Amino acid sequence: MKNKISACTDSLKNGMNVSTEWVLKRFPMSKMWNDHMAQYYAPKNFNFWYFFGSLALLILVNQIITGILLTMNYKPDSALAFDSVEYIMRDVNWGWLVRYMHSTGASAFFIVIYLHMFRGMIYGSYKKPRELVWIFGMLLFLCLMAEAFMGYLLPWGQMSYWGAQVIISLFSAIPVIGEDLSLWIRGDYVISDATLNRFFAFHVIAVPLALLILVVLHIIALHEVGSNNPDGVEIKESKDPWGHPVDGIPFHPYYSVKDLVGVGVFLFFFATIIFYMPEMGGYFLEHANFIPADPLKTPEHIAPLWYFTPFYAILRAIPDKFLGVIAMGGAIVVLFLLPWLDRCKVKSIRYRGGIFKKAFVLFIISFIILGYLGTQPATPGYTMLARVFTAIYFGFFLLLPIYTPFEKTKPVPKRVTHENSAEEGYSALVEAFDKMTIKQEPVKTSWGGTITPIKANPAGIKKVLIQLAKKLKESLD
Amino acid sequence: MKKIIYTLLLLLPISVFASGDIRLESVDIDLSDFEAMQKGAKHYVNYCLGCHSLKHMRYKRIAIDLEIDEDTVLAEIAPEGAGIYEQMHTAMDKRDSSKWFGTTPPDLSLIARSREPDWIYSYLKGFYADKSKPLGVNNTVFKDVGMPNMLWKLQGTQTPVFETVEGREVIAYIKLTEPGTLSPDEFDTMVTELVNFLVYVGEPAQLERKTMGKYVLLFFIIFTVIAYLLKKEYWKDIH
Amino acid sequence: MANEVVDKSKRQFLTTALTAVGAVGTGYLAVPFISQMQPSARAMAAGAPIEIDISRIEPGQLIRVAWRGKPVWVLSRTPEVLEILEKDTVKLADPNSANSEQPENSSNGYRSIRPEIFIAVGLCTHLGCSPTFRPETAPNDLGDDWKGGFFCPCHGSGFDLAGRVFKSVPAPTNLVIPPYRYITDTQIIIGEESNKETTA
Repeated sequence: MKNKISACTDSLKNGMNVSTEWVLKRFPMSKMWNDHMAQYYAPKNFNFWYFFGSLALLILVNQIITGILLTMNYKPDSALAFDSVEYIMRDVNWGWLVRYMHSTGASAFFIVIYLHMFRGMIYGSYKKPRELVWIFGMLLFLCLMAEAFMGYLLPWGQMSYWGAQVIISLFSAIPVIGEDLSLWIRGDYVISDATLNRFFAFHVIAVPLALLILVVLHIIALHEVGSNNPDGVEIKESKDPWGHPVDGIPFHPYYSVKDLVGVGVFLFFFATIIFYMPEMGGYFLEHANFIPADPLKTPEHIAPLWYFTPFYAILRAIPDKFLGVIAMGGAIVVLFLLPWLDRCKVKSIRYRGGIFKKAFVLFIISFIILGYLGTQPATPGYTMLARVFTAIYFGFFLLLPIYTPFEKTKPVPKRVTHENSAEEGYSALVEAFDKMTIKQEPVKTSWGGTITPIKANPAGIKKVLIQLAKKLKESLD
Repeated sequence: MKKIIYTLLLLLPISVFASGDIRLESVDIDLSDFEAMQKGAKHYVNYCLGCHSLKHMRYKRIAIDLEIDEDTVLAEIAPEGAGIYEQMHTAMDKRDSSKWFGTTPPDLSLIARSREPDWIYSYLKGFYADKSKPLGVNNTVFKDVGMPNMLWKLQGTQTPVFETVEGREVIAYIKLTEPGTLSPDEFDTMVTELVNFLVYVGEPAQLERKTMGKYVLLFFIIFTVIAYLLKKEYWKDIH
Repeated sequence: MANEVVDKSKRQFLTTALTAVGAVGTGYLAVPFISQMQPSARAMAAGAPIEIDISRIEPGQLIRVAWRGKPVWVLSRTPEVLEILEKDTVKLADPNSANSEQPENSSNGYRSIRPEIFIAVGLCTHLGCSPTFRPETAPNDLGDDWKGGFFCPCHGSGFDLAGRVFKSVPAPTNLVIPPYRYITDTQIIIGEESNKETTA
């Protein structure tokens, strides 16, 4: 009996081997696997910021699968669209889950992409030889914005309608062709059924196709030049006798298992939002979008979804319609130009000069504040503030070519440095906590155990804070 | 620098309801109180369904979600002649309603998602006598409202007490001048039940998603722990 | 690279454990994704039992109603037809409906609760076309043996007026009889077999 089973499994294995071989002789599967996974050498010092690339890919898959399921019940018709979304939310089995996965996925996509871009900016991943990786990435970002914008019209709520109305009207600001162009985009004199139908076509097939192609290009370009790392050191410059980078490790299994941890943590937060706060206080699903689109009544306050608000705030900050549109477009164009605006040879922010570090902090602050201002009604005070931060935003990019060639950089190591692991970070935290507190006498508790109560230690807290401030100052020099 | 980002994030307001500076009364929503929601459904059919449909809500869904059997729903909640599979449509003709009120009363399936529950609660309690209006009433949270106070027999009549702020007359508060058939406490309870029901109707799936969520989160904790152990094991190779 | 001995079995165990947990998770995710393609509450509502009034059906007349989107036939059979049904069973593949689908109360020779009222789902058991109603005897196209029945134009299956399939045709079984019951003498509810049962 046992023999029979083992014979059976043997022949099964044999059969599988034969068919695998058959495929391998005809398709470069193992070559692709090796090139991009098992023998793709990635620097060993990736840190927290390096999770977001794989997470973006995960969200893309999520959006495609849930998107396909949604199209099965969604109706791209101005008379039916709003109700069909509610139909999905109530009558379709698990429709609510699929819809929330898609709507939360949209916001999560932008969170992850913004963090991914932030990573690229702090470690100079856009610099030679990775300019093309950055350009493909920026094109992806552009496509993603188009995808999100057109997808947001589909629920056909008040915000969908008036948001699209405002954004498409932007095109009419372009001299000469503007009016005709916006008319052509809408296919009607206002946002209408025609607009909805074509946005549906773009959202479900045209743009996703472009996104997928760009993802492939982005990854191929990256794997051609190799990944950057937090030290901005080219690992290909120090190789072992076998020709592998000394500081490189095969992506699979080391980073594939590491990324799975990131996936687990990400999905934990993702699920928390889906199951407990799918509206995210009105940031992921706006309240006014639960009212069907009404072409005769604009909501009191229209704000785009949070991920567009920095650019929207820039638009509103400029007191001229055409210039506003130019500024908004320019805010994205300067990002495209970043590899050529930044003339500093040193990649990582760790070894760059103090001016750049401070300028970068100001840039991040201005981006976040502009994002906040974009969600708020445009009061004169806020508009003034938006102008200041718009100036800082552009100032960061436009001043780069002036000071970066003369930047006082720190010596860059030849090899990558040691990266603190999560455990080391945790023990440092525990140490700091111990310094800030004083242990009291152990107390017996009612359930029989003993606990050691703690008291805040003002002197310790002061010490830790001073150390922290010193470190912060140091890191900005 | 990370810290600055975090602090800024914390400064963001939690909610972005556009409600202006109207003072709202807060209402206790308890979605585990099925009895209150059942009562709320009854109130809705009695006082609201005449004009406002809940076209996305099926009677059968109420029976399943609020754990009452279908016959009881048909006998005690649904208007006569309604089928269990039917959605909560109103009997009123759209043309009639726009003739009477100048507009079609909106469907309220999603009212608790476009307005906060506190707003609905305050609105339902906020009617006061105002002779200058065609319907003889006005509302503290919805100025110049075009809807009569359906609950006035129960609530009684409220009249505003004015005060002068910066040279303008504004309403300081409204007081009950003519009691209704319910005491103020009973009336509050009734309105709470009604709002509770509307919050449930806004998203019936919230009952199941909240109970389901903890298992999903538990799963991801287990997944992450094992993935972390595996990562640690593999990364022993790296020095 | 590896200075210490690699604990292969631990790696293997953890890999297996993570794969298993991942597979369970994917499985659980597949449930809603697959189930969302099942009929929705709206489709269920359309599948709710329907009431029909049979008082106006003339003897020999067939009316069609939609139940769950399918055609349901209600045929009033004359005593002559019933006689043919009783006698003429030689050509039938399954005269006693042993291998066919019908509710308990219609498991008889006439395949109905009352002999004169015949109710069936009007879809051929072969590939789901709706057969045509051919009550006439010996028409030109169907031959001299034809004594009235249903004929499927798609692939040529034939059924008698009790929905029983003839021998040597593509359709494997007799026409399906839906669950139904009489509320009054002239009122029938289709989709419910007894008073207690409700189709969900």
